[in-house]
Amino acid sequence: MSIFTRFLGRLGASLIVLIGVSMLIFFIARIIPGDPARIALGPRATEAQVEQMRETLNLNEPIIVQYSLFVGDLMRGDLGISLYSNRPVMTDLVEYLPATLELVLLAGLMMVMLGLPLGAISARHCGQWPDNLVRVISLLAVSAPAFVWAVGLVLVFAYFTPLFPITGRISDTLDVERLTGFMLIDTLAAGRFDAFASALHHLILPAFALALSGIGQAARLTRSNMIATYEQPAIEMAQAYGFSEARIARRYAFKPSLIPSLTIIGLDFAALLGNAFLVEVIFAWPGLSRYGVGVILQKDLNAIVGTVLIISATFLVTNLIVDFLVSILNPRIRYSESSR
Amino acid sequence: MKRAAYILLSNPLSVIGLLLVGAVFVCATFADFIAPHPEHAGAVINFAFANTPPSAEYLLGTDVVGRDILTRIIYAYQVALGMGLVVLLIAPPIGVAFGLIAGYIGGWTDFVLMRISDIFLSIPPLVLALAIMGLLEPTLFNAMLAITAMWWPWYTRLVYNITRGEKVEGYVLAAEVIGASNAHIMFREILPNCVPAIVTKMTLDFGFVILIASSLSFLGLGVQAPTPDLGSMVSEGTRYLPDSWWMTVFPGLAIVVAVFGFNLVGDVLRDVLEPD
Repeated sequence: MSIFTRFLGRLGASLIVLIGVSMLIFFIARIIPGDPARIALGPRATEAQVEQMRETLNLNEPIIVQYSLFVGDLMRGDLGISLYSNRPVMTDLVEYLPATLELVLLAGLMMVMLGLPLGAISARHCGQWPDNLVRVISLLAVSAPAFVWAVGLVLVFAYFTPLFPITGRISDTLDVERLTGFMLIDTLAAGRFDAFASALHHLILPAFALALSGIGQAARLTRSNMIATYEQPAIEMAQAYGFSEARIARRYAFKPSLIPSLTIIGLDFAALLGNAFLVEVIFAWPGLSRYGVGVILQKDLNAIVGTVLIISATFLVTNLIVDFLVSILNPRIRYSESSR
Repeated sequence: MKRAAYILLSNPLSVIGLLLVGAVFVCATFADFIAPHPEHAGAVINFAFANTPPSAEYLLGTDVVGRDILTRIIYAYQVALGMGLVVLLIAPPIGVAFGLIAGYIGGWTDFVLMRISDIFLSIPPLVLALAIMGLLEPTLFNAMLAITAMWWPWYTRLVYNITRGEKVEGYVLAAEVIGASNAHIMFREILPNCVPAIVTKMTLDFGFVILIASSLSFLGLGVQAPTPDLGSMVSEGTRYLPDSWWMTVFPGLAIVVAVFGFNLVGDVLRDVLEPD
C-alpha cells in the first residue's frame, strides 16, 4: 500500500464521518422542541404564514426526505438563508471563515514551535529544575480556559503595558482590498508591508491566548514520549559511542518522539477550533465563531447546521494533512507500506 | 490502594492538588457558612457598594450591582462541582459500555459503534456543546446534557483500546472456555482491568468539565443569571476592563485554581495507576 492509497483510504473514512456529522447535526436540529417555521417568522406571524413557511422549508415532508433535500442543496453549495444576517449561509461562512482560520493556523504554529521544544527541554532534564518548571507551566497552561488567558493577556499586554492592540484585525486607518479574506495574504498581495505589519501585530495576542493550552498540551505530550524514547537501547548505544547529550537529545530522542506527538497535535486542532469561539469574543475578532454565537443565540437553524459542518470539515481536512505529513515523516510507514 | 494513597501524599505536587481540590469542595459544601455575604448569591442589588475594589469588607471587591465577588465565587463552585459530578456520573458508564461491547464483540458492532463515536469526536468539543445548547433552552440541565453528549465518546475510545488488548489474554480465554456469557466476560472479567484508566481519566476530566461548563456560560449559553457562575462572571466583568479588573480576574483565577487542582491530582494518579 503506497502513501497515496493510504491517503485515499483516510479521505474516504473522513467523508463517511462528515456525512455522519451532517446527519447528526441535521437530526438534532429537527428534533428540538419548537417549530422551525415559527421560530423563523417570530411570534407575531399568523398560522397561515407559518403553514406556508413549513411548505417552503419542506418541513411537512418525512425527515428522510428533508435530509435528502438538504444534502442535494448542500452539493450545490446551498445551505439555505440565515435568519440572523438574511443572506445565504454559505456567503456568511465564506466571509467569516478566513479570519478564524488565520487565527487558528497561527495558534497551531505557535503550539508546535513552542510546545515541542519546551517538552524536549523538559525530557532532557527530567527530574531537574527546568523539567519541574516546564511541567508546572504547562499544567497551568492547560488548566485555564482560553477566555481566561485572553482576558489576562489583554489586561497585561494591551491595557497595563500597551504593547498590542486590544481589538480588531488591522488598524482602522488602513484599508486593504479583500481578496482571500486572509489579512496576512491580502496585505502582501497588495504590496502593503505597513498593513501586513499591522495585521500581524493584531494577530499575535489573540493567537497566543488561543495557543497557550495547546502549547501546554504539546509540551506535556512531547515530554512523556521523549522520556519513553530515552529508555530505548538506541540511546544507550549512542551514549556508548560518546555522542554529546545535545546531539543524542536532538537526533535520537526528539525525532522518534515527534511522530506520536504530531498525530495528537492534529487532534488538538479540534480544541483550537472550538476555543476560537472564546478568544474571538474577547478580541472582537470578526470570525466564524462570533457569527456562530450570534446564530446560536438567534436559534438560526440553517446557520447553526452550516457552521458546525464547516468547522468539522476544517478539522477533518487538518487531520488528513497531519496524517499525510506523519506518513511522510515516519520511516516505518514510508518503507514498509510502500514495499509491500 | 494503600500504595496509591501513599504516593499521592508523598508527592508535593499532588498534595498541593489535593489541598486545592479539598478547599474547593469545602467551599461548595459549606458555602452558607463560609461565604461572607451569603445573601449576595442571588439577585441582590447593593448599589451603595457597587464597583468597590478589594477591601477589608469585600475581600475580592464587588460587581456592578454591588454583590460580593468572593461570595459569588464560593457559590459558583457549588454549581461547577455539581455539574462535574452529574456529567461524570452519566458520560463514563455510557462510554464504557459502548467501548466494552465494540471491543469485545467486534465485527459490525465494532464498526458501527466506533464510527458513531468518531462522528461525535470530529465535531470540536465546545462546538458540539454550543450547537446543542443553541437548539435547546439555556438551562443548567441542558448544559449538563450538552456536555455529556460530547463527553462519552472519549471513554468509548479509551475502553475500546484496552478491551482489544485484554480480550486475547489468558484469563478471558479461560472464561470463554468455561462458557461464561458475553456480559459476564465484559463486565466482570475485562471491566475491572479498565478501572485504573477510567478513574484517572475521570479525575482529569473533572477539571475539564468545569472548564467547558464555564466556557459555555461565558458565551451566555450555560447557567443563567442570577445563579452565580464563574464563566458568566468573567464575561460580565470584561465590559468593565481595565478599571474594574477584579470583576474578571478573580473569577478567572477561581476557575484556574479548581481545574489546576484536579489536574495535579490526576497527573500523579496517572503515574501511580498506569505505570507504563
